[in-house]
Amino acid sequence: MGRFLLAVLRRDLTLAARRRGDWLIAQFFFVMVASLFPLGVGPEPNMLARIGPGVLWVAATLASLLSLSRLFSDDHHDGSLEHMVLSPEPTVLLVLGKSLAHWLIYGIPLLLIAPVLGIQFNLSWEAIFILEISLLLGTPILSLLGGVGAALTLGLRGGGVLLTLLILPLYIPALIFGAGAVDGVVAGTGAQAHLSLLGAFLVLSLMIAPWIAAAALRVSLE
Amino acid sequence: MPDDALLSVHDLACARGERLLFKDMNFTVGAGELLLVQGGNGQGKTSLLRLLTGLARPEAGEIRWRGEPIGKCRDLFHAEMIYLGHANGVKDDLDPIENLRFAEGLQGRAFERERAIDLLQRLGLSRCLDLPCRVLSFGQRRRVALSALLLADAKLWILDEPLTGLDVHAVALMEGLIRDHLAAGGMAVATTHQALNLEGVKVQRLLVGNVAIPEMA
Repeated sequence: MGRFLLAVLRRDLTLAARRRGDWLIAQFFFVMVASLFPLGVGPEPNMLARIGPGVLWVAATLASLLSLSRLFSDDHHDGSLEHMVLSPEPTVLLVLGKSLAHWLIYGIPLLLIAPVLGIQFNLSWEAIFILEISLLLGTPILSLLGGVGAALTLGLRGGGVLLTLLILPLYIPALIFGAGAVDGVVAGTGAQAHLSLLGAFLVLSLMIAPWIAAAALRVSLE
Repeated sequence: MPDDALLSVHDLACARGERLLFKDMNFTVGAGELLLVQGGNGQGKTSLLRLLTGLARPEAGEIRWRGEPIGKCRDLFHAEMIYLGHANGVKDDLDPIENLRFAEGLQGRAFERERAIDLLQRLGLSRCLDLPCRVLSFGQRRRVALSALLLADAKLWILDEPLTGLDVHAVALMEGLIRDHLAAGGMAVATTHQALNLEGVKVQRLLVGNVAIPEMA
């Protein structure tokens, strides 16, 4: 079981390392979207600190969505997905491994870039620290729930757009609590309540999402 | 049902959308046997094979492995079965050895590097071992997929047009490999439009659909 999970992880990480272009696009997208806002709404520092947490969180969700449509579709095209589903190991583990790999590849870099963008939005160090924690708890949720959407829309024409419409509503709680936690620090009301709820949402997604995605994958492959 | 029938199909029916492809299909395959599925294009050969792997669900009827419905003994069945479909399941960005390594890992098995290299060489890929599969030809990629099939050491092979894109040498090699596999007590279900030279092999033929085709080989 452990060997299987590790094999899925290593495989996806190796493939991502071979295609660095795809990987960079998602990170650039994050930086670009977040940087457009100061240009659009004006450089007033208080205003930027006010909208910063929300903007960064929205940008992170969109950046993670960008790569999700390919979570299963590449493997579907070349037939390796069928081989993986026909493995004696449970499909749930496969989905979990692929979501985890997606988070390592696309989620972790967001964590590394976010502080720099936080400075751009005139966030205090304390707010940036909380932003990091909220992203640390929140980005795995994006990958896990995204796996459900990617499995459901696998093989559909225009699946990418449908995936976005399907998954964005599910991201709302993560967005509210994640951005809310940073807002709490900026407004001085504290972040703990939001972070706890975000953590609970993460545990919930971890427990439910892989099972739904595995079932959806079996239906999509039929 | 004979005792040696490991794979048995009972009153199987398959529908794609509104169209019923076949119904009341019954057959058994035992150790050392090859089931050659024949029929014209669009008659449901691939659909039948996908039913046999468990990737698709039948409209009616049941498929049993060692006497148990395949849905009930999924893990055992998947461990003893390997499927090669139209797509090769070969990653373009990885070289043949890496492809085999991950194929083995994904089946939950340890990777035997020496054996993998040996197999790749046997299938005529000794000069491509460190090239990404992207630069290999269609037939060479098919050979990589066949190496993965051999490496898996499965009891039951389910092969959908395994000879597509292979040259005459590779076809002859494949015939020999299928013979060896069956002689060692393995079993295979295959579709092919090509004539196969399978002397000394117990071959069952199954016609899918109602369009008769001329007898082959």
